[in-house]
Amino acid sequence: SPAMAEKFGLGRAALPAEIAAWDGDVSPDGTGLPVGSGDAIDGEEIFADQCAACHGDFAEGIDNWPKLAGGAGTLDHEDPLKTVGSYWPYLSTTYDYIKRSMPYGNAGTLSDDEVYAIVAYILYSNDLIDDDFVLSNETFFDVEMPNAGGFILDDRAETEYAQWTGAPCMENCKDSAVKVTMRAMVLDVTPQEEGEAPKAEPA
Amino acid sequence: MSDNETGNGSSAHPSRRAFLRGAAAAGAGALTATGANAATPDPLITEVQPWAQAFGEGVDETPYGMPIKFEDDVVRRNVEWLTADTVSSINFTPIHALDGTITPQGCAFERHHSGAIELRKEDYRLMINGLVDTPLVFTYADLERFPRENHVYFCECAANTGMEWAGAQLNGAQFTHGMIHNMEYTGVPLRTLLEEAGLDTAGDLKDKWVFVEGADASSNGRSIPMEKALDDVLVAFKANGEALRKEHGYPVRLVVPGWEGNMWVKWIRRIEVTDQAIESREETSKYTDVLDNGIARKWTWAMDAKSVVTSPSPQAPITHGKGPLVVTGLAWSGRGAITRVDVSKDGGMTWETARLAKPGEKMALTRFYLDTDWDGSEMMLQSRAMDDTGYVQPTKAQLREVRGLNSIYHNNCIQTWLVRSNGEAENVEVS
Repeated sequence: SPAMAEKFGLGRAALPAEIAAWDGDVSPDGTGLPVGSGDAIDGEEIFADQCAACHGDFAEGIDNWPKLAGGAGTLDHEDPLKTVGSYWPYLSTTYDYIKRSMPYGNAGTLSDDEVYAIVAYILYSNDLIDDDFVLSNETFFDVEMPNAGGFILDDRAETEYAQWTGAPCMENCKDSAVKVTMRAMVLDVTPQEEGEAPKAEPA
Repeated sequence: MSDNETGNGSSAHPSRRAFLRGAAAAGAGALTATGANAATPDPLITEVQPWAQAFGEGVDETPYGMPIKFEDDVVRRNVEWLTADTVSSINFTPIHALDGTITPQGCAFERHHSGAIELRKEDYRLMINGLVDTPLVFTYADLERFPRENHVYFCECAANTGMEWAGAQLNGAQFTHGMIHNMEYTGVPLRTLLEEAGLDTAGDLKDKWVFVEGADASSNGRSIPMEKALDDVLVAFKANGEALRKEHGYPVRLVVPGWEGNMWVKWIRRIEVTDQAIESREETSKYTDVLDNGIARKWTWAMDAKSVVTSPSPQAPITHGKGPLVVTGLAWSGRGAITRVDVSKDGGMTWETARLAKPGEKMALTRFYLDTDWDGSEMMLQSRAMDDTGYVQPTKAQLREVRGLNSIYHNNCIQTWLVRSNGEAENVEVS
């Protein structure tokens, strides 16, 4: 135990106002949620003003910008769409992240109530609440996140390490002659620069 | 300063005659077969060159130097289509052109979520709060007064090689494996700072966490189990002997040996001792790995054993013809030290054990060499790393069998370069 550790007497005590200014994280159990509320109707307006330029009017995403809604039931598909509705396990993360880091380029400028309203609008866009549902620190856990059970702890120790440990093959390691099955050249999406080595001839 | 040939002799103004001679000599050299006798004397030897006659630059010319202009291809590169914009994006270390293990900071990759911020030491504050006896605020100067340690570690982005899950996509080791750097860090153990704040309040430390976040808008908050925090995590302020570069977290970053780069929080401003993981955006929406069945792994912190041949490779073709060839590359493991690297020239049918430049060090890059004789025939070059846990780097097929194609992160598969008889190389997958 570090209980007896030597102290150097460096630094100073953090003041409550300083801790309050910087410690805004919200845990899955709601620890850190501020008192406040907002609904999707208010949220729609704030979202249109603050978020829709990148994330679309319906949180569906524009161009390469993240989609915040949709993708339900696609996680086991060839091309899963991971959104707040389809993928995020905890609503606390949505509140925490928006409050601290959004809008992109103008982070930390939203009030607590505005964040509640925006989160409500994102939930509504994912068909997870009705438009008159008031999201607050008290109703926060009335919302069920569809993928809350969709995560497992790192299991590589059980599923990978044992089978990939030991003396590796050194000779005659393949059943048949080795063939090229895929080439990056075919896709041709690598940045090219003047004076770079010419491309290889097609096989 | 005088600008005539005998006065300044600056290599920026070589005489045209000297230039033509140089070009001719270079051309002649390129045609000279290995070990052949020269037919005519080399003018680079027989004629006095300007650099052997006049002055080079004075010591007052360059207070802080950059690489010579002939090396201007050894730079970070980005891939535009990967991300929506360059502020929350990635670039790549030119590993195809480097040797040894220490990455020059100026071309060591960057990954930001809201850009590289400018934070003066005078404006820097580090807070420790949460389940501690006394929440503390440190200045930068305070941090320099704690006992320091030096360690060399690799920082590999969790997404390194991520674009290769579905197939061979990017043509160059820089792009397939360049989200990595390896530096010698100077810093204070995180344990020291936590003990300064006092952990009696936290009670049983086994189920406790630290939540760390940066001063930038993205904050990049991540939860780290207390066991790791008290083990080998560093609060670092120097890298490769000098201050961190702005883009690498100046003035202070977290160093989390062996673990995915996202957790190496830059511009670190707050460390909170908690009784639960915060499950922040960077450990739920991102840095979680979707398996075939749609279930995702979370908290996949360690980077497994991995290697890549850096030369020859698509950006580093063989230009010298048949004969002696140095095959070289990098190997690393987040779970220990590299003990061995094997190299295959035939796509994994047969393997030779390469030479490690130095014995592997825990959670640091290791350089390997295979000094070989190339007969000019086509090669399917691969490297396969082993670490001191006995783990052997898997093939992409083996990884896909367990994880499918959609996990994005933690692709430590064996890489294949198809080296053609003309010496050019390309990124391929093989059966």
